[in-house]
Amino acid sequence: MTALSVRDLSLAALAVRDLSLAIGRTNIVDAISFDVAPGEVLALVGESGCGKSVTAQAIMRLLPAAIRQTGGEITLGATSLSNLSARAMRDLRGRQIAMIFQEPQSALDPLATVGNQIAEALRQPLARVRAEVRQMLVEVGISDPDRRIDQHPFELSGGMCQRVMIAIALIARPAVLIADEPTTALDVTIQAQILALLRRLAAERQTAVVLITHDMGVVADIADRVAVMYAGRVAETGPTAAVFATPAHPYTALLLASIPRLSDVPKSALAVIDGQVPQPADYGTGCRFAGRCPRGDRRCVAETPALGPVADGRLVACFHPVGG
Amino acid sequence: MRRISWGTALIFAGLLAFMVAAVGADVFASNDPLRQSLLLRLRPPGTATATAYFPLGTDDLGRDLLARILYGARASLMVAALSVSVSLLVGVTLGLMAGWFGGWVSIIAMRAVDTMLSIPAILLAVLTVAVLGPGFFNLVLVLGLTRWPRYTRVAYAQTLQVAALPYVRAAEMAGCGPGRILLRHVLPNIAGPLMVVATSEFGLMILFEASLSFLGLGIQPPYPSWGSIMSVGRQYVVRAWWLTAFPGACLFGVVLCVNLFGDWLRDRVDPRSQGR
Amino acid sequence: MPELKSRLLQALIAIFGVLTIVFFIMRLSGDPTLLLVPDGATAEQIAALRHALGFDRPLLVQYGAYLLDLARLDLGESLVQHAPVAGIVAERIPYTMALAGGALLVALGVGLPAGLAMAVWRGTWLERALAGFVLAGQSLPTFWSGLLMILFFGVYLGWLPTSGSDDLASLVMPSVALGAITMSSFARMTRIAVLDELSRDYVAAGRARGLSYGAVILRHVLRNAAIPVVTIAALEVGNLLAGAVIVETVFAWPGIGQLAIQSIASRDFLVVQTIVLFVSMVYISMNLLADLAYGVIDPRIRRDR
Ligand SMILES: Nc1ncnc2c1ncn2[C@@H]1O[C@H](COP(=O)(O)OP(=O)(O)OP(=O)(O)O)[C@@H](O)[C@H]1O
Ligand code: SF4
Ligand SMILES: [Mg+2]
Repeated sequence: MTALSVRDLSLAALAVRDLSLAIGRTNIVDAISFDVAPGEVLALVGESGCGKSVTAQAIMRLLPAAIRQTGGEITLGATSLSNLSARAMRDLRGRQIAMIFQEPQSALDPLATVGNQIAEALRQPLARVRAEVRQMLVEVGISDPDRRIDQHPFELSGGMCQRVMIAIALIARPAVLIADEPTTALDVTIQAQILALLRRLAAERQTAVVLITHDMGVVADIADRVAVMYAGRVAETGPTAAVFATPAHPYTALLLASIPRLSDVPKSALAVIDGQVPQPADYGTGCRFAGRCPRGDRRCVAETPALGPVADGRLVACFHPVGG
Repeated sequence: MRRISWGTALIFAGLLAFMVAAVGADVFASNDPLRQSLLLRLRPPGTATATAYFPLGTDDLGRDLLARILYGARASLMVAALSVSVSLLVGVTLGLMAGWFGGWVSIIAMRAVDTMLSIPAILLAVLTVAVLGPGFFNLVLVLGLTRWPRYTRVAYAQTLQVAALPYVRAAEMAGCGPGRILLRHVLPNIAGPLMVVATSEFGLMILFEASLSFLGLGIQPPYPSWGSIMSVGRQYVVRAWWLTAFPGACLFGVVLCVNLFGDWLRDRVDPRSQGR
Repeated sequence: MPELKSRLLQALIAIFGVLTIVFFIMRLSGDPTLLLVPDGATAEQIAALRHALGFDRPLLVQYGAYLLDLARLDLGESLVQHAPVAGIVAERIPYTMALAGGALLVALGVGLPAGLAMAVWRGTWLERALAGFVLAGQSLPTFWSGLLMILFFGVYLGWLPTSGSDDLASLVMPSVALGAITMSSFARMTRIAVLDELSRDYVAAGRARGLSYGAVILRHVLRNAAIPVVTIAALEVGNLLAGAVIVETVFAWPGIGQLAIQSIASRDFLVVQTIVLFVSMVYISMNLLADLAYGVIDPRIRRDR
């Protein structure tokens, strides 16, 4: 049940195909697929626990020991990551594929200076690459870089720490950047600035960005395309504008309908729908949204809908798509 | 309920053996631990005469080592149990009061705790026993009256937490006096953590008794203690290894079991500490 | 620097408390004169001495005089050895320092790597083996392990001297015996500290920028984990000095521990008192030092001061 790609795969900087992850015998991510082109921002949205972060960790090949990849393939440009040696994978991290985290202050070593941590991404001592690091600080919008470069994370605000994380991630000019809820922990006013910065740098450097978020407002603001996840599966993917205009999956439709105005989305926007998200242990056969779906029928409970094309560049996993 | 593992069973068996040996020393020992026989000095384990058998050999005065080890277990258990009881009583009372009344009571109590803990325990015990004179009673008194600070710390911290709980506040509103609340509501709540401390102190007190007796400041001759047997063993270390090896192994085994039991208890009382 | 000030104040209170406790312990037996006279003194001699030392004055006056003397660093004169107590004790301090140093070396050299390994290889046979080793170290009575070493390495193999202080070789066994318990607490503490740090985001972030697991540990985890370990390292120095009482007796090592026991036997209690005060002062200063060391390791605290 490989998802058909609606786009030319050679364009993709990162392609995830049928990725499955499990803890013991429990599937937590089930054959998900998506791809991102250079300079493009793909938003991965979904409720808490649907498997966004573990997907990011799987792409980085930094899964916790408890979680195994049980299937699928991840390709970075022309390289398949799945069969890469640990050593080769390590060489790619930071250089070809980088990541930023939800809580910038805890993702930085509190005892090491900002400059030293940025230099590590270049695998050089700070003294040798100081000018380059300083330039990167300027690019991520940190004022007074000559002072900041020797400061410790606790001397910086949360927003500045996230700028430092972006500097660490982008200084080696990776092809792909994964940002796991990069603004959730920040003040609302700072959030927009950080997102704008990400957007601009990705465009300038032709970096492919996978932006993980809860927030439909963020998706609307900066994502070129969106992949909506539900309970460990991709429900729907496509260009943001098209998905927002005519959602095909009933889940997406409900999500968007429950948001009064896209500009001020409450954080719990995704929890407004009646009923509860199933836990990984309760993922059975059939569509996982069936318990909450207004359009569901017998077939939905018995069979698993595969991700298939509905329209121009869009894929949906539903037997009875909205408007279809 | 978790099933008790083999390891845990072994710990309990070890502790049980120690208690049984201590309590039933007179039953198990076939010889009088105090009877000397200069003809039978420093006989190796397994020595048999026409009238007696010495499975673990004899000491420098020809006394049966096995009997002395068994009676030594009794001394060890009694000193540890009594001194832990004394310090538990003192420390918990102080901690409960400091936690409940706060203010000056807590400031003075907690300063006293810090001060007591700034004198290394074994030195404090050595000095005090030396001033008071050695012997069983003084040993218990000194260990009991110098080892209370850890209980006070735990009781204080836990009382602060428990005292803030709604039902304790409710009991206070209902007109219960502080004594009643502390005994009825607070103490049962903090018993777990206190047991954990008491267990680790129990092991420590066994070690302290042996150490002080080894230095000649504990149980006085002719009465046996594992420490004083080993102190004789030190003089005859070249000629009579058994005087060092057997009592030491018992001491090590018992302390090990107590420490393991302490870890086991802590995991049950505070599951978050699992494996720490 | 309010933090530092309050630390200093706490240390001063502790010092004052220790002096007070020791003063009253010395009077527990009723008549401290009896603790100071050599064996075989006559009743008149004792009475004369009691008067000369001021022990017939009210307790509070004695207490004041005691504090004053100590404030002037006057530790008194040994009536047994007819020499200033300060000199008698000072002569022995280097030996105990050497022993404590050796023990600390053993404890750090074995305890830190063991704790680190237990954290990094969590859940493997290596962790279980090391945990057993650590537990044994923690439960070993120092005098027994000391005697066993004497039996094996000294008597049976004849590799190391069994007592005395002639050369470095004679320092080996006492250091190991004394360091074992401290080694265990270092290992336990290091394990917990490293486990705590390994679960932090910066570890994942470090790996995400291309550092190997080992490099993250060396460059980031160790320094962070050192902070809690430093505190107990300082406290353990005090425990090592106190533990020296037993180890020095086992190995006939001429430090202050052996001196304390000898002085109890010869009823030279001023010497014992001085040793207890000295070790307590070291203990309190090490505590203070640990607080200061934080500032060096942890820039967050450096700024607060
Ligand atoms: N280290 C782990 N060990 C065990 N289970 C885990 C671990 N990490 C994640 N999980 C489980 O995997 C599932 C997916 O978790 P994940 O963190 O990817 O969700 P998420 O979509 O990122 O949620 P959130 O929006 O809250 O970050 C959840 O059921 C979670 O409980
Ligand atoms: S497959 Fe059925 S249950 Fe699932 S979303 Fe579509 S209509 Fe609803
Ligand atoms: Mg997440």
